[in-house]
Amino acid sequence: MKIIQKIGLIIFLTGLAVFTAVPLLGTFKLDQNSFDSIVAEKNIKSEVFIADINQNVVGKEFSGMQGLSPLVANALDNANETHVKNKEYDKKIYTSSSDMATLIGKKSGTGFIANNKGIMWFLTFGLAIIGALMYILPNAILLGKKGIKNDGVYHESATNKGWIAWMVFIFLVSFYLVLYFASEYAVNWTFIVDPISESLSGNPAGHWFVYGFMYCVVMTVMAARMYIKYRHNVYQMVRTTSVLFFQIVFAFLIPEIMVRLQMPYYDFKNAFPLDYDFFFQWNLKSLLNSGGIGLFILVWGIVLTLIFVPVMVYFFGKRWYCSWVCGCGGLAETLGDPYRQHSSKSLFSWKVERWLIHGVLLFALVMTALTLYSFFAETGTVLGIKTSSIQNLYSLLIGSIFAGVIGTGFYPIFGNRVWCRFGCPLAAYLGFVQRFKSRFRITTNGGQCISCGNCSTYCEQGIDVRAYAQKGENIVRSSCVGCGVCSAVCPRGVLKLENGPEEGRINSTEVLLGNDVDLMELVNKK
Amino acid sequence: MENIVIIGNGIAGVTAARHIRKLSDKKITIISAESEYFFSRTALMYVYMGHMKFEHTQPYENWFWKKNRIELLNAFVERVDHENKSLKLKSGTSVSYDKLIIATGSKPNKFGWPGQDLKGVQGLYSKQDLEQLEKNAPNQEVCKRAVIVGGGLIGIEMAEMLRSRKIPVTFLVRENSFWNGVLPKGESQLINEHILDHHIDLRLETNLEEIISDENGHAKAIRTDKGDIIECSVVGLTAGVSPNIDFLKDSGIELGRGVKVNRLLETNIKDIYAIGDCAEQHEGIGNRRPIEAVWYTGRMMGETLAQTLCGNPTEYKPGHWFNSAKFLDIEYQTYGWVFSERSKQDHEEHFHWRHAKENICLTIAIHKDTRQFLGINTFGIRMRHEIFDRWLTENKNIEFVIEHLKDANFDPEFFKAYEQEIVSQFNSTYNTNISVKKKSWKRIFSKA
Repeated sequence: MKIIQKIGLIIFLTGLAVFTAVPLLGTFKLDQNSFDSIVAEKNIKSEVFIADINQNVVGKEFSGMQGLSPLVANALDNANETHVKNKEYDKKIYTSSSDMATLIGKKSGTGFIANNKGIMWFLTFGLAIIGALMYILPNAILLGKKGIKNDGVYHESATNKGWIAWMVFIFLVSFYLVLYFASEYAVNWTFIVDPISESLSGNPAGHWFVYGFMYCVVMTVMAARMYIKYRHNVYQMVRTTSVLFFQIVFAFLIPEIMVRLQMPYYDFKNAFPLDYDFFFQWNLKSLLNSGGIGLFILVWGIVLTLIFVPVMVYFFGKRWYCSWVCGCGGLAETLGDPYRQHSSKSLFSWKVERWLIHGVLLFALVMTALTLYSFFAETGTVLGIKTSSIQNLYSLLIGSIFAGVIGTGFYPIFGNRVWCRFGCPLAAYLGFVQRFKSRFRITTNGGQCISCGNCSTYCEQGIDVRAYAQKGENIVRSSCVGCGVCSAVCPRGVLKLENGPEEGRINSTEVLLGNDVDLMELVNKK
Repeated sequence: MENIVIIGNGIAGVTAARHIRKLSDKKITIISAESEYFFSRTALMYVYMGHMKFEHTQPYENWFWKKNRIELLNAFVERVDHENKSLKLKSGTSVSYDKLIIATGSKPNKFGWPGQDLKGVQGLYSKQDLEQLEKNAPNQEVCKRAVIVGGGLIGIEMAEMLRSRKIPVTFLVRENSFWNGVLPKGESQLINEHILDHHIDLRLETNLEEIISDENGHAKAIRTDKGDIIECSVVGLTAGVSPNIDFLKDSGIELGRGVKVNRLLETNIKDIYAIGDCAEQHEGIGNRRPIEAVWYTGRMMGETLAQTLCGNPTEYKPGHWFNSAKFLDIEYQTYGWVFSERSKQDHEEHFHWRHAKENICLTIAIHKDTRQFLGINTFGIRMRHEIFDRWLTENKNIEFVIEHLKDANFDPEFFKAYEQEIVSQFNSTYNTNISVKKKSWKRIFSKA
């Protein structure tokens, strides 16, 4: 068994190494026809740029995007500089150099990677999946009897912020940086998943398709780990199945198939304000131009946020969304599970959390208000502020850096719910409902708590669960996503997630059950 | 301003300090030689097993004490001079007090075994014991085998700890079944099987005769009363604990096995009190023992004494007995009294149910004549404390309890429920026709 695991690890690392190397490999050769079609498609009017590319890029062979990309960037910069100097603003190209390089790269891939997509898929995704499963599945036997399996979490480099954790950190952060800010280097990855994308939406894959596909693969493999680790705990099994289902079907398959059916790309479970660009002009226009389905999505998106989501939170707590449905939560609960213990439990962190997450919510709401005003008043600026620059700022700071680079990249260091705890505006909104108007609570079982601290240690949201449990108080916190792990790791059966009557949900106590009745009444009476 | 000094920063002393602070402005000092800050002793095992770091066992952040004006003094008290109301510290200095609370907890029992003070022989109680174990048994290369002596809660915890590092463990238990002085035989049997399932070499009805030394004064083997020699690198002595009160000899404070206290937790000397593991009631309260080395009783004594010291004299009156533990993977809870065959009285009758495959069972104690519900033990099923506390107060009969069993279940959502099975076995055993009622929030929350 151990040997199978070791071989699995080697196979996995091989797949990962190939995947990591791929962005710098491959041969690119842009032919005249492809370039002409890009010029037409992008409506490029800059003769300077066209001449530059024709002279320096077209017909030449480059190995790796690192050869091609700087030339494109150069050509673009030169052309724009010339046009600005000559005040030929209609010729200026507004596509970013990274996007332009991506576009050109995608059309000019030749050589082994572009021509052997199946083999390359096997060498990257295939090896990584097989290797990871060979590493994970034997644990069904190796972990021994079913029960809580946290032995050695704080002894191992990977889960105790050792060098492995830092390597994972560097890998994840780099991956997100490529995805958001240097997508030209993801072109080779897109070739690998082209066949899958074409079979779903009919279009070749972009880098967001790579991300979506990879997301599903990672969640599925790591869900297998969850099933084995928590096989004694039905709540965890059901919940894992649920997040996996919503990711694969709602976030991945349905939107791709909708594109094939000429409908707008839409994830039906992605609620505003997490889906922050729902009310952006381009999206509203696209929905309004898509006939019945567009209108339906528009109405659904509004009903989802204003009615469906809060009503569900009233009955079940925000867990129904955050740890049963949401994609961010889904990744956190599968890939992120080995890192859940790293969330900070200090009072200071809680203060930071409240300022940050409510700040982001406010930011999202103000941005959306400006956006809607601009949309209806048909103006680009409100009070002298350009709406688009606010939108771009939000997309960059919150959408890309916070949710992606920090939110997932920092898993091995800050824990798996950094985004959900400190940044997600939807979580902030649901948190208000959960805190003030909900049937959900984590019940503390009378006086059974022994203050051991397992619950607090493994709370991914950084809630000091023990602080409540040892006082006999129920846990009613806006940030709780109801993952149920505190209840699972409790050695004394103290915690239970449940939905019950609102009355008595918050029970502040001074003296716990088990004491003399008179003393309890005296002290707890307020 | 009254000056309150507490010796011991465990759950009893710290709870007393917290509640005194809530109720008053008195000067509070906690003295401890064990650790700088309060930590949860019950969690030490998880540090060794790698579930937590030591800092996670500390329920309060380090700024808490200063903010609440609770002074912490890292020192060892050598002598109590009650005539001058002063404590003499090992460092030579002394500390004066107006009121003194003794909350020094327990120490592991040693029964005079030959070799009990050798290197590699240790108990598992204090932070220092944990550090010692980390040195003695860091892995299976250094510690080829460990022998644990004493089949109680700490013994099985220590076995679990060592097994988490794949160290072979031999477990000597005096009784003919694990913890059967406390557990009824069906449950004790379940745990015996579970111990063996975890590849622990369980030796029942076996006592330690001698620990054998190597040339360096380190334990190298033990000899049992059956004549077996077992080679080992570490010997864990876990044969219970007793009050940690050696420093009080000749202090004038009345001692038994522990510090003798009345129901107000007062000792025989004015202004000196004792709480927690080290306190001994003149007579046990109800079925409870005079010395209760349990986490929550320490907490409750702290809560009670704080009232007394802040002008509201309050007797220590623990409510219905309850407790819980975890044996390797099996959680155990108990509410009310379920006695083992060894100690139960004639009127106590047991209904026992055990799952056919899983490690799940329960035992309900019933009064033979009145049909009154006396208590319940569950293994692998969590129960709701509040419900059983209420049923015990209301002297519910067994039929009522069986009928409403679903109200008492505290397992996580989606867990398989066993009430039907339990009730049908009950019906066939007692020839009754009870059908189990649906769970009712209304009943659960009703304040009778």
